[in-house]
Amino acid sequence: MKITVGGETREVKDGITIAELIEEEKVETPEYVTVSVNEEFADRGEYSEKQLSEGDTVEFLYFMGGGRA
Amino acid sequence: MAFTNEQLERYSRHIILKEVGAKGQKKICNAKVLIIGAGGLGAPAALYLAAAGVGTIGIADADEVDLSNLQRQVIHTTKDIGKPKVLSAAETMNDINPDVKVNTYHTFVTSENIMDLIRDYDFILDGTDNFPAKFLINDACVMAKKPFCHAGIIRFRGQLMTWLPDRDLPCYRCVFKEPPPKDAVPTCKQAGVIGAMAGVIGCLQAMEAVKFIVGAGDLLAGSLLTFDALKMEFHKVTLPKRSKNCAVCGDHPTITELIDYEQAVCELKH
Ligand SMILES: [Zn+2]
Repeated sequence: MKITVGGETREVKDGITIAELIEEEKVETPEYVTVSVNEEFADRGEYSEKQLSEGDTVEFLYFMGGGRA
Repeated sequence: MAFTNEQLERYSRHIILKEVGAKGQKKICNAKVLIIGAGGLGAPAALYLAAAGVGTIGIADADEVDLSNLQRQVIHTTKDIGKPKVLSAAETMNDINPDVKVNTYHTFVTSENIMDLIRDYDFILDGTDNFPAKFLINDACVMAKKPFCHAGIIRFRGQLMTWLPDRDLPCYRCVFKEPPPKDAVPTCKQAGVIGAMAGVIGCLQAMEAVKFIVGAGDLLAGSLLTFDALKMEFHKVTLPKRSKNCAVCGDHPTITELIDYEQAVCELKH
């Protein structure tokens, strides 16, 4: 099925979970990344159960410090 | 107050814009913007806001200019090494535009002083490098209902978002909940940052401030703009709505007093 990850279309297996997508996308420090699915925050506790559907839009939101250093 | 001939000339490229005009430039000249952090992000933001003629610019930073800053903190020069960053920044800003009143705050921003600092300003720019400060700025601005623009940079990536009061918008804490443990997420000092990234993102923060002041176009309110310099791609993420469970802006906030999260002094002092 096709989903959108960070604005790009991805072909993923049907019913992929958020946890599996995190692995597939090689998300850095996933324990500190916020995930949104179709513009709603996903609960960290649901990552391994929550399956994505065709056409879903997923965003990984990363901590970024920087600036005054 | 009418513009002098000199001001008409200085700001002519603004005044000619239909989104700004003489009216908008007047708003810019009467505006007050506070920049927290006179480093990578704060430097370009301060340069452009001073050049734009923002009437009062506050700049807060406890640090002195260090040689390792000069790769990206373009408001400071080699002769400024050792000087408080706020003084070095103020000198450059006044050189660019003597019309601008620069208020310098040579201090760390803490739960004790932040409310007093932000009180007199219309718009706040977060140009800090550490998560305790970013959460402090978010919480204080949410509590005081002060519009602000958050930004972060690392390696070849950067991002920014804007928050406005009374609009039911997600705040920084809605998205990121709480600071990551120390060293869990790499900092610029550990991971590096490409100098021009500070320029790109800091200028975008200045852009948000100016658009807010003149009321032009759409702000990054409810969205997070990310920039990947290796792919040379911008991506605008529409953020979820304000989180009802957010500890500071939610329906039943649990944070009602500002928090100074722990951060080792050596971490802050670089
Ligand atoms: Zn919030």
